[in-house]
Amino acid sequence: MGKTDTEMNKLILSYQIAPSERPRIERGRVSLLTPNLGPAIDVGLAVRRRSAVSSITMSLEPAIDVDALSKSFGKIVAVDRISFVVSAGTTIGLLGGNGAGKTTTIAMLLGLLTPDSGSIRLLGHDIRGDRFRALARLNFSSPYVELPHRLSVHENLNVFAHLYGVSRPAERIAELAHDLQFETLLDRRTGTLSAGQKTRVSLAKALINSPELLLLDEPTASLDPDTADWVRGYLETLRVRHGVTILLASHNMAEVERLCDSVLMMRGGRIVDRGTSDELIMRYGRDDLEGVFLAIARRDPGGAA
Amino acid sequence: MTSIDPRASRIASAAQPLSTRRVGAIVLRNYYLFKGSWPRVLELIYWPTLEMVMWGFTSNYMATQSSMVAHAAGIFLGAALLWDVFLRGQLGISITFLEEIWSRNLGQMFITPLRPGEWLLSLLLLSAARVVIGVLPAALLAIPCYGYSVFSLGPVLFGFIMALMMMSWGIGIAVSAVILLNGPGSEGLAWLATFLLAPLSAVYYPVSSLPYWLQWVAFVLPSSHVFEGMRAMMFHDRIDWTNLAVAFALDLVYLAIGFLLFLRSFAAARKRGALLQTGE
Repeated sequence: MGKTDTEMNKLILSYQIAPSERPRIERGRVSLLTPNLGPAIDVGLAVRRRSAVSSITMSLEPAIDVDALSKSFGKIVAVDRISFVVSAGTTIGLLGGNGAGKTTTIAMLLGLLTPDSGSIRLLGHDIRGDRFRALARLNFSSPYVELPHRLSVHENLNVFAHLYGVSRPAERIAELAHDLQFETLLDRRTGTLSAGQKTRVSLAKALINSPELLLLDEPTASLDPDTADWVRGYLETLRVRHGVTILLASHNMAEVERLCDSVLMMRGGRIVDRGTSDELIMRYGRDDLEGVFLAIARRDPGGAA
Repeated sequence: MTSIDPRASRIASAAQPLSTRRVGAIVLRNYYLFKGSWPRVLELIYWPTLEMVMWGFTSNYMATQSSMVAHAAGIFLGAALLWDVFLRGQLGISITFLEEIWSRNLGQMFITPLRPGEWLLSLLLLSAARVVIGVLPAALLAIPCYGYSVFSLGPVLFGFIMALMMMSWGIGIAVSAVILLNGPGSEGLAWLATFLLAPLSAVYYPVSSLPYWLQWVAFVLPSSHVFEGMRAMMFHDRIDWTNLAVAFALDLVYLAIGFLLFLRSFAAARKRGALLQTGE
């Protein structure tokens, strides 16, 4: 946060941003005001080649900066000294079999679980001392974590809007209901919704505070292909239009290939490999990411790829 | 597609250690819960009213048998109503806490900027609301049914009520801390705690009726001082300020212990992952 002009100039030079497209410095954030970002700009931050929007805001801080993070439950090592950085505006996939440590990692990022050691910085906030500021800027959705069943959809969203301090809750809920196509469900009890409807509502809860960082745990699990495809499309739009950083834990390899800029492969609590989907497929000599997943899941513990 | 709304004020608000908006959100969540469930409201009113009816008839009978009871008409009714203040206050905390466990909502709540302290504050407000909704109708009904008004105790009644509610909060929070630490399997404690304290609180008899060693236990319960104070008022028409002051002093200790226990339990739950797993 708070880069000086000199540091900013270095950044601009290093990424060869044209003078006309130079960022405007605002409280440690950089805004690129350009009608067309063009194919050459790839700063590894919020700017993506396929972005065709007039304004993109990118943060100088990585969205997620995890260093030597560990967590054990008794003798079971759930997460073992993992480190990774996620640039703002990108989507990263967290892959691994059951018990690989994905959920434990996400729980530590969300502050629901205290790490044994290591550090987590989210959107520039160290969660040990500044957890609540970070929590205001991120959100989470999982089909396995449902909203209270007895409240209506509108009531649930209204409660979370107040918890996040959303300024005009009614407008925000209406906006999300329109975007996620569940306007007719607002007065229904949440417990009476179908799996697909619950996913839309859960996604709305996760977007109620317009998060800059979204943690998603298997967002399309148990959805029919049509609804799952719709959710993936929505997530793509969310990232491209709003530069939202997404960390996606999934068992659906096609989904990860479609949505993620890079992938972290976890096994036995460790990150055993990382890279883009193409890089991993090449490295393991497989046809697709599923082949990579199986190769990693089935190899000897501690064996080479 | 949604528009990004201004975030700066929300981030600043998240940094505040106490936000009335977040406390209000939890109150709102419980209001919605009750609004959509008339059996919950009925149950709140049902038990104190039933208790009042039972003690009303008992009092009427006892008054014909005992000059002491006849002299202090309503001694049992007053005690029953005040005991319900404590009971409903404590259950108000524990049940509201358990509602979040039953609906597996703890994790969802604590990934928002909600502080544990804010949540506790909302539990206190909800407990007070439950007491008013539950006990007030019974107290009002006792006037036409048995010709007894607990309000005849005068302004000191509010001192008694406050002292009992503070004790119920301390115990309710401590019980919630134990449930958080040990999981929903220990939810029976929510009911056990209050009923265990009833005989020691000297609700319907003076502390001097207890065995000597139990009188020492009763002495450290704010409730026993309140009921001694109530009897002093009803039998001798005098406010026992000493008992009331001791009750409030003990209340502060109970509340401090309850809060500390809960915060420690919450930290332990975060360490063990209990916030993720807690549910039916």
